Amino acid sequence: MEVLRIATSGSVDDGKSTLIGRLLYDTNSIPQDKMEALHAASKRKGLDFTDLSLLTDGLVAEREQGITIDVAHIYFSTPNRKYIIADTPGHIEYTRNMVTGASNAQVSLILIDARKGIVEQTHRHFFIANLLRIPYLAVCVNKMDLVEYSEARFNQIVEDFQQLLAGASYKAQEVKFIPISSLYGENVATRTGIINWYQGPTLLDYLEKIAFDQEDNRHPARFPIQSVIRPRTTEYHDFRGFAGKVTSGHFNVGDEIISLPSGQKSRIKTIEQFEKQLPAAHARESVVITLEDEIDSSRGNMLVKTDNVPEQRKEITANICWMDQQKLVAGKTYLLQHGINRVKAKVQQINFVIDVTSYQHIEGKNDMGLNDIGSITLKTAQPIFADIYAKNPANGAFILIDEFNNTTVAVGTLI
Amino acid sequence: MTHQINWEFPQALEDEAIYILRETAAQFEKPVLLFSGGKDSITLVRLAQKAFYPGKVPFPLLHVDTGHNFPETIEFRDWLVNTLGLDLIVRNVQDSIDQGKVQEETGKYASRNALQTVTLLDAIEEGKFDACIGGARRDEEKARAKERIFSVRDEFGQWNAKMQRPELFDILNGKINIGENVRVFPISNWTELDVWNYIRREKLEIPSIYFAHEREIIERDGLYWPYSAYLNTTADEVPFRQKVRFRTVGDMTCTAAVLSEADKLEDIIAEIMEAKISERGARIDDKRSEAAMEKRKQAGYF
Repeated sequence: MEVLRIATSGSVDDGKSTLIGRLLYDTNSIPQDKMEALHAASKRKGLDFTDLSLLTDGLVAEREQGITIDVAHIYFSTPNRKYIIADTPGHIEYTRNMVTGASNAQVSLILIDARKGIVEQTHRHFFIANLLRIPYLAVCVNKMDLVEYSEARFNQIVEDFQQLLAGASYKAQEVKFIPISSLYGENVATRTGIINWYQGPTLLDYLEKIAFDQEDNRHPARFPIQSVIRPRTTEYHDFRGFAGKVTSGHFNVGDEIISLPSGQKSRIKTIEQFEKQLPAAHARESVVITLEDEIDSSRGNMLVKTDNVPEQRKEITANICWMDQQKLVAGKTYLLQHGINRVKAKVQQINFVIDVTSYQHIEGKNDMGLNDIGSITLKTAQPIFADIYAKNPANGAFILIDEFNNTTVAVGTLI
Repeated sequence: MTHQINWEFPQALEDEAIYILRETAAQFEKPVLLFSGGKDSITLVRLAQKAFYPGKVPFPLLHVDTGHNFPETIEFRDWLVNTLGLDLIVRNVQDSIDQGKVQEETGKYASRNALQTVTLLDAIEEGKFDACIGGARRDEEKARAKERIFSVRDEFGQWNAKMQRPELFDILNGKINIGENVRVFPISNWTELDVWNYIRREKLEIPSIYFAHEREIIERDGLYWPYSAYLNTTADEVPFRQKVRFRTVGDMTCTAAVLSEADKLEDIIAEIMEAKISERGARIDDKRSEAAMEKRKQAGYF
């Protein structure tokens, strides 16, 4: 069964939580006791309807303020596939949470309030979805009930959105516009027939039919070594296997490989998954690889096929999103973690900060603050084996870690 | 509405969990796997076995024994550890009570569920464990839905929901300051159905109380409580025999039974898909308040 990961982003009150609640409700994913708790909680708040948003706003502070402040993960499934929704806040102060939620998504779900149309936050959501090259974009024009289900209003919003698309750098995104009313459930999982001028799929129909992303399998083969398995038992006395998860591409038994950074070559002897021997390993599969020759490789090294070897970079330019209260300072040293590989990295310069609403580049900045997105140049102490994000996203991202308090302060994508 | 059951386990979830376990072993000096004897920790043990095969599981299991466990769970625990050749550490809540660090609750709702946090934190400190692997899942409860895969706890084991590190792509940052430790949740993205389908696919043994069996129970607050020496009952709570099973394995004092005839895994799964009560709905410890789980997490609970 496939797993489809969705990131939702929306403004504080465009009905995002209600939409998710609606998806869960209509796919029969809310157990009866949770439903009862919802009815009771809605009543206590003096509402005369069941507030489905209470399902996802999990933390006490959020319930008090009626907003979402973190990334919540929500699960539901249909007989066809399993869905994971990363529900993220829409407000500018939570841009970093949005980036976090979007980082694992194949679908970005953007909500627009039909009354308000495209607002500043729509620009930001779209910008992030585009920057992270999320392949599918579902734009839900919500609260259609409040604009009398007007087709003209919907078309106007679609037209406005086309202008956003025109300015985007990643053009291959597939975009679908759906008029919905999450409060009444129209076009979320079912069709009530009120919006009779819309012939397209409901949101759930659309999600059900998305072709699962196999793109990673076609990208160059990359296998970072997580650990070396050497049991040294009588039975496995000479066993020496490399444990890891295929980042991208695929490996077959017999493939010629190079270990980075040493450059030593060998061939794949076996690909193992517990007691099974496999003919091949594909993107995102966790396996153990053994080689024909004894070569010196350890954690943090990378096995790649000889037909496509990544450049060993010590100077990189990247788009980053800054995620920490303490500002990014040019000249400061951080730890850069690319996949599982950690190296020291010094910020050479801040090239520009991007205004995510107007897409304008602001140059001449000496620092970057919380939620800023921009381009920087870094120099690393040891080479990393990364690809350009646009060419191979799975091997093109990294995080920066503050050396003093160990927190994750930024995420970056190689350009 | 009847669900169509999808019996297929999403393989991506196993690959992800194995990746997380390997990162845990590599990034920390002394990881430990928190074992309760429940289906989620049994799943973790299987994943750990697979992640390091043909090598040994490179960390021990830690069981915090409240003294109120189902005897079937303890029996199963010892069988599993022996069969797989794992290292097991057991720490007892009774010792924490005897040391005067915690006080036994009184009244008919008395349980040792809250008490085990102290025993757990002491065991972590004693063993100098910097990573504790747990079987919590985000679908269980709404505060858990926001927990990270590598979740940093301070010296007092506290979880700060507002100060969580962002987790991006599949990059896991396990760097911590002295005194801090990390709770690791490899099956964060699994649902209850995923766990059952995995147990079915892997043909894993589970404690017998998961299957329908006859036992003495009492009825209280619309729930069926297992009758035992640990449960404080009132005069009008008369035990009777009934065919039941348990959806989670907790203490005998805070895990309610469900009426069931399911004696095969397939029947259990079918029952879950039809179930009207969510999994934690049968956990009496969550019913104390709407924010019960978040409050216990802040205090260092799993």
